[in-house]
Amino acid sequence: MPLIDPDKAQAQYDVIVVGSGAAGGQTAYTCALEGAKVLMLEAGRNYDPVKETPMFQTNGDAPLRGTSTPDKPFGFHDATIDGGWQVPGEPYTSASSEPERQFWWWRARMLGGRTNHWGRISLRNGQYDFKPRSRDGLGFDWPLNYEDVAPYYDKVEMLIGVYGDNRGLENTPDSPAGCLQPPPAFRAAERFGQHHGKKLGLPVVPIHRAVLTQKQDPDVLPAKIHPGNPRAQRLLADAMRARQACFWATPCGRGCSIKANYQSTTVHLPPALASGNLDLISDAMVREVTVGPDGRATGVVFIDRRTGKERTVKGKVVVLAASSGETVRILLNSKSARFPQGLANSSGLVGKYIMDTVGASLGGQIPAMESLPLHNEDGAGGNHAYVPWWLYKEQLAGKLGFARGYHIEFGGGRQMPGYGTGAGMENITRGSYGRKFKEDARRYYGSFMWFAGRGEMIPNEESFCDLDPVVKDKWGIPVLRFHWKWSEHETRQAAHMQRTFADWITAMGGKPRSQPQADGAKAIEPGGKIIHEVGGAIMGSDPRKSVTNQWCQTWDVKNLFLTDGAPFCSNADKNPTLTIMALAWRASDYLLAGLKKGEL
Amino acid sequence: MNPVSDAMDRRTMIKWVMAASAATAAGSQFSWAAAPAAPVKGYGTDPDLLKKYAAGDCWPLTFTAAEKATAAVLCDTIIPADDKGPSASSVKVPEFIDEWVSAPYPNHDRDRKLISEGLAWLEAESQRRFQNDFASLVLRQRNAICDDICHLPDAKPELRQAARFFARFRDLCASGYYTTPAGMKDIGYVGNVALEKFEGPPPEVLKKLGLA
Repeated sequence: MPLIDPDKAQAQYDVIVVGSGAAGGQTAYTCALEGAKVLMLEAGRNYDPVKETPMFQTNGDAPLRGTSTPDKPFGFHDATIDGGWQVPGEPYTSASSEPERQFWWWRARMLGGRTNHWGRISLRNGQYDFKPRSRDGLGFDWPLNYEDVAPYYDKVEMLIGVYGDNRGLENTPDSPAGCLQPPPAFRAAERFGQHHGKKLGLPVVPIHRAVLTQKQDPDVLPAKIHPGNPRAQRLLADAMRARQACFWATPCGRGCSIKANYQSTTVHLPPALASGNLDLISDAMVREVTVGPDGRATGVVFIDRRTGKERTVKGKVVVLAASSGETVRILLNSKSARFPQGLANSSGLVGKYIMDTVGASLGGQIPAMESLPLHNEDGAGGNHAYVPWWLYKEQLAGKLGFARGYHIEFGGGRQMPGYGTGAGMENITRGSYGRKFKEDARRYYGSFMWFAGRGEMIPNEESFCDLDPVVKDKWGIPVLRFHWKWSEHETRQAAHMQRTFADWITAMGGKPRSQPQADGAKAIEPGGKIIHEVGGAIMGSDPRKSVTNQWCQTWDVKNLFLTDGAPFCSNADKNPTLTIMALAWRASDYLLAGLKKGEL
Repeated sequence: MNPVSDAMDRRTMIKWVMAASAATAAGSQFSWAAAPAAPVKGYGTDPDLLKKYAAGDCWPLTFTAAEKATAAVLCDTIIPADDKGPSASSVKVPEFIDEWVSAPYPNHDRDRKLISEGLAWLEAESQRRFQNDFASLVLRQRNAICDDICHLPDAKPELRQAARFFARFRDLCASGYYTTPAGMKDIGYVGNVALEKFEGPPPEVLKKLGLA
C-alpha cells in the first residue's frame, strides 16, 4: 500500500482514524469517498496481501508442518503478522491469578489488523439482539433498532461481498434481494450433519461469509452503495473489477491475493487511497487524544515505532477504531486537568462491560464418513453451513437455565492435511502401525468432524479493564489490566453446547472424540479466546450511563467517535465484525453531515 | 560405544518404569498450556510466508547420528512403502521429527526428552532381546518390540512409558508424512487446486452417505 512518511502529514485533516481494520477501514472508506480529508494511523507495519499471501503453499512447506506456535498462534501460514494473545514488548496484565478469571487479549499489529486473518463469518444482529433487556431483563438495550442499522448492513454486504441466503428464521434477518452472493454447495459433512440434525430440530442452513462466490457487478452495486456520488461509484467500480471470485482453494485465514474475500487491505483501503483523500501512516502507535481549551479533541499523539519519536497530528474529528481494548486504553491514557479520569469518561464507564463470545467445542468420529470416494472439498476456505440459534421459545419460557443463545459452526472431511493428520487415532485403530496404519489413515481421514458453539455473553460488573498502575509497554505507555468473570448464563450455555454436540454426533452414528464436558465452567474457553472482544465504552441514551450515543459519538467530546466494537452494549452470538462495519458506516455518515454543517 | 543407549542412564530407565504407576491420560501431556505462552526465540512473528522451508532452516537440528538412524528405521516401521505411497524416511519424515524436537517453543523440550529417551530405550531393548541394533533387526524382530508398545492400554506396566513414546512418535511420523506431496496423495487428498466451480460432493459420495 502507498503510505506516507510522518513528515509528509498535512497540517490538519478533516478526520483522523486510529486503526485500519474493519472499523478503521470502513470509517476511512466512507469519509474519503465522500470527500473528507482523512489520515489513518496503523500501529503495525505496512502489509500487501496481493504480494504476501501464501496461496497454495502446503503445510509441508512450513516449519513444524504449519502448526501453531507462540509466534504464529493460528499456524504458520495464517495472515497475522506481529500479533497474537501476546505481542512482544506490549504486555497487559490480569487483576487475578485464577485461570478462569484471565482475559486473553488478541492484537494484530499490521495494516488491516485482524481482518486479514478472520473467519469472514458475517451475520446480522436481529431485532432481539438490539433490545435484549426489553426481552429478558438482563444487560442493556441499544439506543437504536434493527431498522436503523439495516440499510447499513445492506450496503456493507454489497460492498464487501457476503455469500449466504435468506431463510426467514427467527431473529436471523433476511437481506434484501441483491445484497448477498450465492451460497456455495454444502460439503459432504455439512450435508450429512444437516440430514441427521433434523432429528434434533437443528436448522442447518447456509452460513454468511465475506467471500465472493462470483464477481461483483460493477455496473449495478456502486450506484446502490453511493447514490448521487458518481466519483465514488467510479472508484468503487474500479475496485470491484480488481477483485476475483473464489477459486475454491487456499484457506481464507491466510488472506487472499486475488481479493476474493474481504479484508480491509483489499476492499476498503484501495478505493479510499485511489480517491486521493486518504493519507496512511503505518508503525504509528497512538498514545493519546489531544484536547484543546474548549474541551474538543484536536488530534492525537503517536510514537513512530521505527524511530521512537513522538509525533502530533491534528484533525477536526478524531475517530478511534483501534479495537475495543486499544480504544479504551487510548481514552484512559488521555488524561488532562480537564479530564483527570481519561477522556470521554465522565460516566466512569470507560473500560466497563467488556465482553467476548462464549466458546466451547467437541469433536466426533463418524463411521459413515470413512473411506468415502476421493473428492475435492476445499470449498470457500471456511464454513458453508451453520446452525443459527434455534431455541428462542424454550429460552424465553425459562426452560434452559441460561438467557441467551448460541450458533453452531461445524465441519469436517477431507481438508488439506496438516499437523495432526493421521495422529491420535489409537483408540479406534488399537494402535496399528506399518501397512495396517497406512490403511487406517486412508480409512479414517475425512471421518472426523468438529463442532464449535459461539454464544452470547451478558455484560457484567466484574468483567472490565483499567490501566495497570505500574506496568508500561516498551514505548512507556501504561497498559491495560483485565478483570474477568463468566456468569452462569455463559457457563450453563457452554454445558448445553457440549450436550448438543454429543447428541448430534450420536445422531450421525458417531462417537465423541472426548467425554462431553458437563461442567460448563470447564467447557467454556477463556475470555478473549474467541477474539470477539467488544464493549468498554458502551453506547446508550443517557450520558450518565453510557460513553457514546447511538452515533458512536462520545457524550463528553463532540468531535470524538469510537467506531470499533467498544460501543457495543451487548454481544449477540452473531460474530461482531459485520455490525462493527455497519455502525462505523452509520457513524461516518453522521460525522460527515456534522462536518458539512460546520458543527464539528 | 552406542551413544543412544548411553543417553538413557539407569536413573531414567527406572523413572520410565515408575512412571507406569502414575500414568496420565494419553495425549494430555502434550496439550498446550492453559494460558498464552510468553514469546520465545523461534522464527519470529513476521517470518517469510512464501518461502518453502526445509528442516533446519529455522533452528539447528539436534538428533545425534545414532538417533537419526534409529528414528529412520522406526519411521519406516510405522509408515513403510506400499502401493499407495513411499516410506516415511524416503520423504524426509525423520528430518521433520528432528526439527520438531529441536524447536525452541514451549513443550517441544518435553517431546525432545520423550523421544530421545524413547529411541535410546528402543536400542537398549533391541540389544536385550536380540543382541543387535534396532536398525539391523529383521521385520519380525522389530514388530515383536513394537507390538508390545503400540497401544498404551494394552502395554504391560513396565512398558507404558515406552508406549507413550511410541504413540507420540507415531503421531509425529504421521503428521510429517501426510503433509508431503506423496503423503497427501497416499491419504487421498485431492484439493489445493484452483477450480472454476465448486459443486459439492459427487453423486457416489452422497449415495454412500445415504443422501442421494
